[in-house]
Formats: sequence, C-alpha cells, structure tokens
Amino acid sequence: MVPKTIPIHAATSKSAAFEYLTTKKDELIGWARKFSIFPYPFVTACCAMEFMAVSSSPYDTDRFGAALPRFSPRQADLLMVVGTVTHKQAPILLKVYEQMCEPKWVMAFGVCASSGGFYQNYAAVAGIDKIIPVDIYVPGCPPRPEMVIDGIMQLQDKIARSRHPIVTKGF
Amino acid sequence: MAVELVVLQQRLAPPDYEVALARDMLVVHLPPARLLEAVRILQAEFHFDLFLDVTAVDWLPRQPRFEVVYHFYSTRHFVRVRLKTTVPESDPTVDSLVSLYGSAGYMERECHDMYGIAFRGNPDLRPILLYEGFVGHPLRKDYPKLKEQPLVPYRK
Repeated sequence: MVPKTIPIHAATSKSAAFEYLTTKKDELIGWARKFSIFPYPFVTACCAMEFMAVSSSPYDTDRFGAALPRFSPRQADLLMVVGTVTHKQAPILLKVYEQMCEPKWVMAFGVCASSGGFYQNYAAVAGIDKIIPVDIYVPGCPPRPEMVIDGIMQLQDKIARSRHPIVTKGF
Repeated sequence: MAVELVVLQQRLAPPDYEVALARDMLVVHLPPARLLEAVRILQAEFHFDLFLDVTAVDWLPRQPRFEVVYHFYSTRHFVRVRLKTTVPESDPTVDSLVSLYGSAGYMERECHDMYGIAFRGNPDLRPILLYEGFVGHPLRKDYPKLKEQPLVPYRK
C-alpha cells in the first residue's frame, strides 16, 4: 500500500519543535508533483463537454491540484487528450507532446483517445498510444466526471510511486 | 408554391428526361454535358440562389459507376431542386459550378477528396478534409475499410 502521507520523524529534541525532517527524495518530490499537475487540454471532440464539467465547480479538479489548464504545452505536466485524434491531427499531437518538458504524463480521455472507440476507418487513429506513450486511460463515451477524477487519483498514485531523478545524465 | 414545378420541369428537362418527385422536390436526371446549362437556367430564371450541396454516390458495380447529386434552394420561392448526373469510372468528370456559385469551390473539393470526381474548371482541387499524400478516395466502395495511411510512424 502506498503511504498517503510523508513519514515525518521529529527530531528528538526537548524543545518539541520540528528541527529536522527526514524523508526519501523520491517520496518528497512525488508528493509535491502529484499535487501540482498542470494539465494541457488537447481537446478535439465532444468529450470536451465532459472536460468542462469535470473542471468546473461541481466536480472541481482543483482539489487534486489539476485545476489550472496551461495553454502552452511548455508549462504543462499532464497532456489530456480529449476526443478523437485523426491521422491528419496526429502530427500536431506529437508536436505538442514533444514540446512538453519532463516530467510529463499523458491521459487518454474518452474511448476514442484510448482505443479509437467505434471509429475503425481511414480517418481515425485507433488509440493515441500508437503515437505517444499513455499513462492513464479513462474509457467512456464520454467518461463520467467521477471516472475522470478516479483517473486523476490513479495518476497521482502513479506519480507518487515512481522514481523522480533530479539530475539526469546529460545534466 | 410560387413557382410551378411543371414549369420548372418543362424548362429544365426535355420530355424524354427522367424526372421524379421526391418529398415535393423535383428530381431531374441530366447528362453531364447538360448540367452547367441547367444550373444557369435555375439561377437566372428561377432565382435558385442557394447552392446547398454536391455529393456523389458510388453504385459499384453498376455502370456508369458514379452519380453526382446537386441540391439547390430558392430563398424567394422556398423550393428545392435536385439534379443528378452519372459519370463513368474511366472519366469521372463534370463541369464545376464555381463560375455560378462561389460556395461550390469547397463542396467540390470535398467531393473530389471522397469520391475522386474531377470538377472541370475548379481552380483549386487540393485536399480539404484529407491530407496531402493520401492515396485513393475513402468513400469509394472499393477503398479497403481498414486501410490506414498514418502521417506519424507508429511506436514500437
């Protein structure tokens, strides 16, 4: 089971004040990152309506730190691919993904982005994972807001679990 | 109805033409060579000022294979007219209507994309819904249903 909180060990000091905080680097960074997912909505089709519902006040993705859509992929962490992606659209999606800075995650929002859905023809890409890696799939046509929130929470767990290298080889 | 369909029919089609009535709409089958002239008559004499659509029907394996279908509407008389013409697969060419209706340009481009109908006189038949490099015409009945022409290489 993934710890929901950071284990904090107070220093054994008689003043009873926090003077030291020990934790693991990956857990600390994962905790910080999972609550500041800035999404970039790549919205192409009717799932946009459900995206609006899930990001407005009744469902409120702000609770997960995923409220503020960044309209530049360079400032975003989470690429939400909302809707059908056609072959004509695919180079644009790939360019947007490549413009995002690491670390980045991708959510396939709706069944069209996940697998192509009921489109099986000359026009539609059968799932965006044929083009870019996907971290979380939210099926549904369109998905209920609860499903999207569940997807965001699972993505948060995934971020909290994963390794977070700070200094890369090329640094 | 301000314009009598009978008058329209007599003016558009000689007696030996195939004419039908579908949902109070006059349907006239024309040879491709007669099309431009008929549309000119519709526009100039009967005030058919709105060009609604042009599309095609692939009747594979019937010969001639393609049927090009036009719809016109008169905002003065509130009447619709449908014109049909057939072209063979070897030479799927009809005259373009861009000289009469500016909006015909985009619709003919789409029809050219999807069915490969060539519109003689349309100055710009680049792909509009498809992309550059797409081979074939996807709404033709002999286009493979599952054929994909991706622009981006697939992963792994």
